[in-house]
Amino acid sequence: MKTILGRELPDYIDGYGEVTPFQGAFRDAGIKTRKAVKLTSVNPSDGKVLDNLEQVFDKLNIKDGMTISFHHHLRNGDHVLNMVVAGLANRGIKDLTVAASSIFPIHEPLVEYMENRVVTGLVANYISGPVAGAISKGKLKKPAIMQTHGGRARAIESGDLHIDVAFIAAPTADTYGNINGVYGHAACGTLGYAISDAEYADKTIAITDNLVPFPACPIQISQVLVDYVVQVESIGDPAGIVSGTTKITKDPVALIIAKRAAEVIKASGLVKDGVSFQTGAGGTSLAVAAELKDIMQREGVVGSFASGGVTGYLVEMLEEGLFKTLFDVQCFDLKAIDSYRNNETHQAMSASMYGNPHTKGAVVNCLDIMILGATEIDTEFNVNVTTGSSGLIMGGSGGHSDTAAGSKLSIVVTNLIKSRVPMIKDEITTMTTPGESIDVVVTERGMAVNPRRVDLIEKLRITNLPLVTIDELKTMAEKITGVPKAVQLLEKIVAVVEYRDGSVIDVVRQVMNTNVWG
Amino acid sequence: MDKLRRSMLFMPGNNPGMLQDAAILGADSIILDLEDAVSLTEKDSARILVRDAIKTIDYSQVEVVVRVNPLDTEFGSQDVDVIARVKPDTLLIPKADEEEIKLVDNMLNKIEEEEGFFAGSIKIIALIETAIGLETVYDVIKASKRVVGVLLGGEDLTSDLGVKRTKEGEEIFYARNKVATACRALKVDSIDTPFTDTNDYEGLAKDTAKAKNLGLTGKSSINPRQIEIIHSVFAPTAAELKHALRVLDAMKEAEKEGKGVYSLDGKMIDAPVIKRATLTVEQGVKLGLIRDEGGAK
Repeated sequence: MKTILGRELPDYIDGYGEVTPFQGAFRDAGIKTRKAVKLTSVNPSDGKVLDNLEQVFDKLNIKDGMTISFHHHLRNGDHVLNMVVAGLANRGIKDLTVAASSIFPIHEPLVEYMENRVVTGLVANYISGPVAGAISKGKLKKPAIMQTHGGRARAIESGDLHIDVAFIAAPTADTYGNINGVYGHAACGTLGYAISDAEYADKTIAITDNLVPFPACPIQISQVLVDYVVQVESIGDPAGIVSGTTKITKDPVALIIAKRAAEVIKASGLVKDGVSFQTGAGGTSLAVAAELKDIMQREGVVGSFASGGVTGYLVEMLEEGLFKTLFDVQCFDLKAIDSYRNNETHQAMSASMYGNPHTKGAVVNCLDIMILGATEIDTEFNVNVTTGSSGLIMGGSGGHSDTAAGSKLSIVVTNLIKSRVPMIKDEITTMTTPGESIDVVVTERGMAVNPRRVDLIEKLRITNLPLVTIDELKTMAEKITGVPKAVQLLEKIVAVVEYRDGSVIDVVRQVMNTNVWG
Repeated sequence: MDKLRRSMLFMPGNNPGMLQDAAILGADSIILDLEDAVSLTEKDSARILVRDAIKTIDYSQVEVVVRVNPLDTEFGSQDVDVIARVKPDTLLIPKADEEEIKLVDNMLNKIEEEEGFFAGSIKIIALIETAIGLETVYDVIKASKRVVGVLLGGEDLTSDLGVKRTKEGEEIFYARNKVATACRALKVDSIDTPFTDTNDYEGLAKDTAKAKNLGLTGKSSINPRQIEIIHSVFAPTAAELKHALRVLDAMKEAEKEGKGVYSLDGKMIDAPVIKRATLTVEQGVKLGLIRDEGGAK
């Protein structure tokens, strides 16, 4: 069975099930249903606050084989996932599936739980650090399922991903289960990735280190969704919440790439009043934002919105009047958290509102310009952000596929050569985002436009920009690096890469060399 | 002056990553440095690295300049001998004086003949960074037909003069004037000393403008992030280009009508004004700011 991109996939994968191969970014549109939610009603005399996690576990009747979920707003400062899984392991629970919106290096203890079969399944949109290494080496019993941010919301809402218990790390919770992320020691701002979990899990638990009297204000996740509230000593380390890459890069090569990307944006004609824009938190992505800011200021353009994970840089653009609003699914730094708390034009969005393809229109559909990264790109513009060139898992789509599909202009910014490895290849290790939704690849040595975008090629031809074909870019890189040998992989499938609609776009196979990092 | 030398970027000759990317950083010229950027223990390896980089990497978009070690050190003549054989565009000769330039010129004559290169194809830029070099700069330029420019080295010069180097640069006022004038007289490029505070962009712009206003034609740089500002200072502004184009249009009109002298906006246009306008338009064309025919792009 083949995907439309030519990837050969098995019909059935043990531990995953039947495979629906990817058939195109919008092939699976049309009439959809959301699943009905099972809940236990709460009567006037019932309380929700429990004394400790043990009491929570007693109440929940968690059994072997259940799926428990977590959000990743506390990123590499998160204490909740480790705390819950350790507690369940102590109770002798086995065969859990951990559905976390993302996994970070701090979740290293999961590796041991994978080895002793406490955890046998993992569903996440992004996986980095030791857990990613362990999965790549085949230590997880079932293949990990790697989704997109919008795809996860879709999977939860459709019932494809059934959550038995959602454990919501709550920077602030009141005694009746209202939650916000803007106050408390571990304030993280918006809670966009926790919304579908809270709405659709059989049971939803607020775990907080800032229990306040009813009612909390503001309320981001409502009491009507929350079964129990428990206070713990600490849900997370604020130092780990702040993303490590929220500063504009000083690397001259990255700055050149950013400048070129901005020139493409300008030439596209999209920079006019009402423009919308999203970029990641990486140094190069932010440098593109800085260049765009210059263009907008020079031309007196007022944009409609900027979206995504929000950094202080986007907040500055909002405050300077360059955008009318921000759509924020997750705050990347303290300035963003502060702005979300105090500025009503800085709006929260759920992961579903952000990128779920099976809604009546996600924010990504309204996006003009999207700046993306890549670990590998093939000559059909398909992008890998799941594995590195060594074959190890080192990330995942996150919102990559969602925003690429939705935006009018998606630009991949990347060095043509990274650490002696060319970024453009005939065959990439893993397909994450299909080439049909990638418009331009910008590197320090030239840029290539997807031949599907004839309109854009015409606009760029009349500029001085170094426009070449993607094959020419590949040749340029290989002239310096040579052609690298393909990575040796074993047969065993260690992860299934789901496109946002739930079809399988690729699988990740076990790496052969087990002495690699992780 | 075929090549534009608005900016010349120093890159350490012992850093492979930087050598790989040197050509794409936007500078008109790159100076692959074997002298100050390279410690004594790495002189040989840097020389080999730079030689191989020139052989391997496509630097066709930029002028490749190699700063060799001074000829009175044990490394200088080896640098010239090894590097000239892979045919860089230009050698930058430190602590230049008349005698040293003649010495390098002779070495290059011999190497070009041995390698079958076109005679005189490797150019020289003289790095003026001593009091004697500065006082004799006219003769230094005249010492070889290969000399296409002078780079003023402010740090070493002030050290030689025993004066303090400052951000304001009053102490190199005379040197800038002297270099600019000698270079203009002999029709070679004059490149200003680098601005060493790489985080002070405003200071860089002021310092570059100061050099430009004294008649220097370009500026060296020690960080790629300085290039854009240097170019913006040396590029003719839109207003300057527009005025220059109008001057030349008016000149054509006057020629048609057989007028020798004419005026534009009530100001008399004479030969120096026309010459400056011609230079401005030429630079605008080189920079792609206007088309050859003179029409605005």
